[in-house]
Amino acid sequence: METATRRILTSEGLDGLLAALKRRGYRTVGPTVRDQAIVYDDIGSIADLPGGWTDEQDGGHYRLVRRGDAALFGYAVGPHSWKKFLHPPTLRLWRAARDGDAVQVVAEAPPEQPFAFIGVRGCELRAIEIQDRVLLAGQHADTPYRERRRGAFIVAVNCAKAGGTCFCTSMNAGPKAAAGFDLALTELADRPGGVFVVEIGSEAGRLMLADLPQRAATEGEIAAAEGVVERTAAAMGRAMRSDDVRELLLRNLDHPRWDAVAERCLTCGNCTMVCPTCFCTSVEESSDLAGGETGRSRRWDSCFTMDFSYIHGGAVRASARSRYRQWMTHKLATWFDQFGSSGCVGCGRCITWCPVGIDITEEVRAIRDSEQR
Amino acid sequence: MGDAAAFAADRADPMVPRVARVRRRRRDGPLVWTLELEADGADPGGFAPGQFNMLTVFGVGEVPISLSGDPAAPDRLVHTVRAVGPVSAALARVEPGGAVGLRGPFGAGWPMAEAAGRDVVLVAGGLGLAPLRPALYRLLAERERYGNVVLLYGTRSPDEILFRREIETWRRRLDIDIEVTVDHAAGDWHGHVGVVTTLIPRAAFDPLHALALVCGPEVMMRFAISALRDAGLAEEAVYLSMERNMKCAVGLCGHCQFGPVLVCRDGPVFRFDRLRGLLRTKEI
Repeated sequence: METATRRILTSEGLDGLLAALKRRGYRTVGPTVRDQAIVYDDIGSIADLPGGWTDEQDGGHYRLVRRGDAALFGYAVGPHSWKKFLHPPTLRLWRAARDGDAVQVVAEAPPEQPFAFIGVRGCELRAIEIQDRVLLAGQHADTPYRERRRGAFIVAVNCAKAGGTCFCTSMNAGPKAAAGFDLALTELADRPGGVFVVEIGSEAGRLMLADLPQRAATEGEIAAAEGVVERTAAAMGRAMRSDDVRELLLRNLDHPRWDAVAERCLTCGNCTMVCPTCFCTSVEESSDLAGGETGRSRRWDSCFTMDFSYIHGGAVRASARSRYRQWMTHKLATWFDQFGSSGCVGCGRCITWCPVGIDITEEVRAIRDSEQR
Repeated sequence: MGDAAAFAADRADPMVPRVARVRRRRRDGPLVWTLELEADGADPGGFAPGQFNMLTVFGVGEVPISLSGDPAAPDRLVHTVRAVGPVSAALARVEPGGAVGLRGPFGAGWPMAEAAGRDVVLVAGGLGLAPLRPALYRLLAERERYGNVVLLYGTRSPDEILFRREIETWRRRLDIDIEVTVDHAAGDWHGHVGVVTTLIPRAAFDPLHALALVCGPEVMMRFAISALRDAGLAEEAVYLSMERNMKCAVGLCGHCQFGPVLVCRDGPVFRFDRLRGLLRTKEI
């Protein structure tokens, strides 16, 4: 989209956007403060947004702190990602009813409301694009994901603050929302009354915006918005050289660093839960006492569990070393082979939410710096 | 069933099973059962030798099981199951007439087209004969299309030999070489004793014009590959069927990753050169 098409919404206009989305039947989901974290949940108005809050992040460290202003999107990313909605943590797949000899299997109905996501970051758009490829682009599409993804309205927000564990620039995934949104906002937090420079990314976005109180952006406002993104890009908390990481890891599957990281790794799976691209699931059966009503549910699974790779006789990946290696080499290396891209978007969640602060960028660097060739 | 549209939607979802009936059930060894299924009201559709289905015992769970029957009779969905886990044990207990859930067939099968005009060596260990049997049916049904056909089969003990009567029948044919060996045997066994790889050097095939189809425990397959290489077979001529934990069978759940490949989506049958290195790396 050309800069000439940039528009301006005020806070009031943004509130109007939420109301308009609701009116049109969307389930509006966005960032909100809960349990001392910024999480994604249903929101009704801009009053639900984390106004005036920011986050302080480092390895194994996350704190909410007050900003000096009332910015609505002045934080990086929290523990949630949009996969919570598109690829739910638990989901019933089907139920089966037995009536004598007859068994009828009925697939679970899709949600009735389409989603409107408010505040999707550049790295998160990339993560959605990656999950689209994983879950929809193969020979068999994932039906629940397709039903939730279809018709989702995405309001992206360009990052005005880099988190302490962010490295999206290393993964070419941000901080600017590049593609895959309907509207993208840049908040000019230093202007009174809340000023959002809006980029239109789709026809649906254009139509939605047309009904709201808005005006054309000035050259100064457009330049200010670009400045916000540039300053964020220059302030990344972490960095990782990513151009050769696939080859680096695949030729170092027996590097001693895997043992060193296994000494610290608790194999808790937190990194896989907070990762916006980790997609692995397992299934569980349910049954009433008589076996007449049965069903199957799906839940997120993690390659850090022993059960994950179990085949008769034992787990294929019994050691912590092999399970950490599986996760990291999948994310940064074999994902290319399986799905044609990296599985990492540089959001830094795995670093922040690791209880012992294991840092994927540091682990890659350690292997690179000590490689025996 | 409900209205046609809803039924079609259910069928389109690869995670939703259709209902099948057990038609016949036969014990094929200690803990091993062969189940013949018939899908309710659905056209059989056919399957390729080496493909697998996901079988559900309602309320218990779902497991991947190779098709072990004749691909020329796709309405009889034959599966051979070893009752070692809760789901496979429950599956083996389903009586004829009982309902099970069925998804599939899934995966890439044996390279039957590439085998045309070549000698074909099938190397099977234990239950690994089950996924190879559809290939064998196909080879024997189109016998004139292939060169020498050799089956080398090893089990731990004589009572674990699968499809025994059928093997004896095939053995009477003059156009297939079959050798069976066991790891351990009592005095009433008069066949080969030793691991299956020991049969490879003596097998009658031209290594420059042969394909090998290998299925069995991973350690057996590793040794078989090395024996086949010693016999002069190129890595590109060796195919093996891999086993990994599977939940979805359609490349969506992540469980069956084997380095760069997803066993359900890219396999379970792989040409060996694609897995070179992976089989040598521990816990990959």
